[in-house]
Amino acid sequence: MGLFGTFGFKEAGLYDEYEKLNPDITIKETVIERNENYYPQLLNHLTSNSGLADVQAIEVANIAEVVDTQSDRFVDLGKVDGASKDAFLDWKWQQATADDGKTIGLGTDVGPMAVCYRKDHFKAAGLPTDRDEVAKLWAGDWEKFLDAGRDFKENGPEGVAWVDSADAVYDGAIASSEGKYYDESGEVIYKDSQDVKDAWGIAATAAEEKLTGNLEQFTKQWDQAMSNGDFATISCPAWMLGYIQEKGGTKAEGKWDVAQSPKPGNWGGAFLGVPESGPNKDEAAKLVAWLTAPEQQAKLFAERGNFPSAPPAYDMEAVKTATNPYFGDAPIGELFSASAQEIPVQTIGPKDQVIDDNIGNGLQLIEQGKQDPDGAWDEAVKAVDNALDQ
Amino acid sequence: MTQTGTAVDAPPSAEGGAAPKRPATEDRRQKWRSRRYRWDAKFSPYAFISPFFLFFAAFGLFPLLYTAWASLHRVELTAPTDMEWAGLHNYTRLFEDHFFWNSLWVTFTLAVLSTVPQLLMAMGLAHLLNYKMRGSSFFRVAMLAPYATSVAAATLVFAMLYGRDYGLINWFLGLFGVDEIDWKSGDWTSKIAISTIVIWRWTGYNTLIYLAAMQAVPHDLYESAALDGASRWKQFRYVTIPSLRPTILFTVVVSTIGSVQLFGEPLLFEEGAGASGGPDHQFQTLGLYLYEQGWRNLHLGRAAAIAWVMFLILVVIGIVFGLISRRLRKS
Repeated sequence: MGLFGTFGFKEAGLYDEYEKLNPDITIKETVIERNENYYPQLLNHLTSNSGLADVQAIEVANIAEVVDTQSDRFVDLGKVDGASKDAFLDWKWQQATADDGKTIGLGTDVGPMAVCYRKDHFKAAGLPTDRDEVAKLWAGDWEKFLDAGRDFKENGPEGVAWVDSADAVYDGAIASSEGKYYDESGEVIYKDSQDVKDAWGIAATAAEEKLTGNLEQFTKQWDQAMSNGDFATISCPAWMLGYIQEKGGTKAEGKWDVAQSPKPGNWGGAFLGVPESGPNKDEAAKLVAWLTAPEQQAKLFAERGNFPSAPPAYDMEAVKTATNPYFGDAPIGELFSASAQEIPVQTIGPKDQVIDDNIGNGLQLIEQGKQDPDGAWDEAVKAVDNALDQ
Repeated sequence: MTQTGTAVDAPPSAEGGAAPKRPATEDRRQKWRSRRYRWDAKFSPYAFISPFFLFFAAFGLFPLLYTAWASLHRVELTAPTDMEWAGLHNYTRLFEDHFFWNSLWVTFTLAVLSTVPQLLMAMGLAHLLNYKMRGSSFFRVAMLAPYATSVAAATLVFAMLYGRDYGLINWFLGLFGVDEIDWKSGDWTSKIAISTIVIWRWTGYNTLIYLAAMQAVPHDLYESAALDGASRWKQFRYVTIPSLRPTILFTVVVSTIGSVQLFGEPLLFEEGAGASGGPDHQFQTLGLYLYEQGWRNLHLGRAAAIAWVMFLILVVIGIVFGLISRRLRKS
């Protein structure tokens, strides 16, 4: 198993369970923490046909590129026993399927969106704290989310930002739109895409009006701010709950809660693929089919919080009744299921990750006061175009 | 060993002039043998040093030439064997590549910011360590401690010290009423912060090199200078520094080469920035830009061209310093 980040199979006891069912199999995993380091290495191994694990994980931001350029190096998992198209969200299955109908990866989790918020800060600012009331504040429109932020800035505690970073606001907003950086035919259209403009506008406004804490996600500074409660809200795909719990620790326990996001969307998620050249590819394919089956996905959600990409799991008790004590017993199963079924089907493209990163840099320029929104957009475009140019 | 009996192993010439009696085969064998001796003397040395050159050819020369070949093509990491001829396009595009010039500028400023204070401090420290004092060997070992730590570990610690909201350095400056400095996002502050990591790691190393050179300066030079009434400072200026000239040149060359290749510190300084060197590319060195082009944007051809430009810069630096040192020797 070659993985990145935190899949949690091992921690949820799924390996042990599979080894019990199949006594002649042992499962080992190597994990690289950051996908940005994992992915180039995976490409290197694929193209040189060496150093590959029996199973390799692929992040959703890279799946289109892998399908485009590496599909003949992967086993067709659509034909494996126990893997059925109907068990997965339709768009999730399509994302890993090439034009010739070959499915190179099976979905592990998806990232349905919510917004996590600090009840104590909301109370101090005179905003509602009940999760349904909070969701009403911004239902249906990211603009309303900014309005609530302005209100908070006015009346909230000193030194607490409304939201952690402009980049994360952008990620949340673009995740809930239909279009992204490519059109149906695979052309790059980010410069003229109204969806991108809108999401950028929301995030740039948040940055300009100093509603953000200028805290880049997944850095030490962000971790520290998390445990000290330096910001009041954060875009919350299902997998983010684990981060907040881990970084917030006991210090922030019981202070967070989860509400519906302005619009349903998907941020993140991954796939498992089996390279053709692996020595045990038949066994590996069986394992992947088993790990991504609804029962196991439901179990993983109950243990670790990664949200299933298999709708049959949504009706299972383990998911349906799931609550999270750290977040004031929020009914996360119900909340994310509702969001997951509303996710717009997005067109993804091979260079989504690269475009995303450079747009994020542009937003940081506004936060750091180095550029106004127009100047920052020009910088971002310059960087994206340079990165895409072969 | 003492020699007894006949000299069995003696060379053929020692058998005296019995040549006509010998059959032709014997004669040929003689010739063959002497030829082998000659070859042995001629080629053995090459065989003995060959391992280095074989390794160099495999791991140094071949990658160098292959990189040059790749830099003349359009080639992506997704398919490294599909090369499309591009001629000098990867090189000519660098002239109008704003990000390349930026990384060149960053590399240059970081080189100056880190090398100059580093060598001056090393010189001062070496001079102090050169005096007789208690525990001098302890200090000399301590000097090398930063050099022995890994780049990653040192950088991560410094990155925390330079934190904006909860960094130790800002807390300390805060005691004197200085406002919070956003070290990582500032154009110059980020460069200064990264230079301090380099300075911290390499000052001790250079100190020891200077110290070794100082101890080789003949003692009577100082004595005669002292007799002439030269103060400590004057002795340092007119005796120590001139004797250290070749050593100074050596450390300048080594530090400069190191600065051109600076990579680990800026890469790890800001976790979120990855290979972009900050949102404004404010600390993206040449090495970082190469890495970004090759392993983030997956353009191996473009990365190869940047690698060769870096190599040429180093060659030019080498030639310049070579000329300077020749000058010095003449004077």
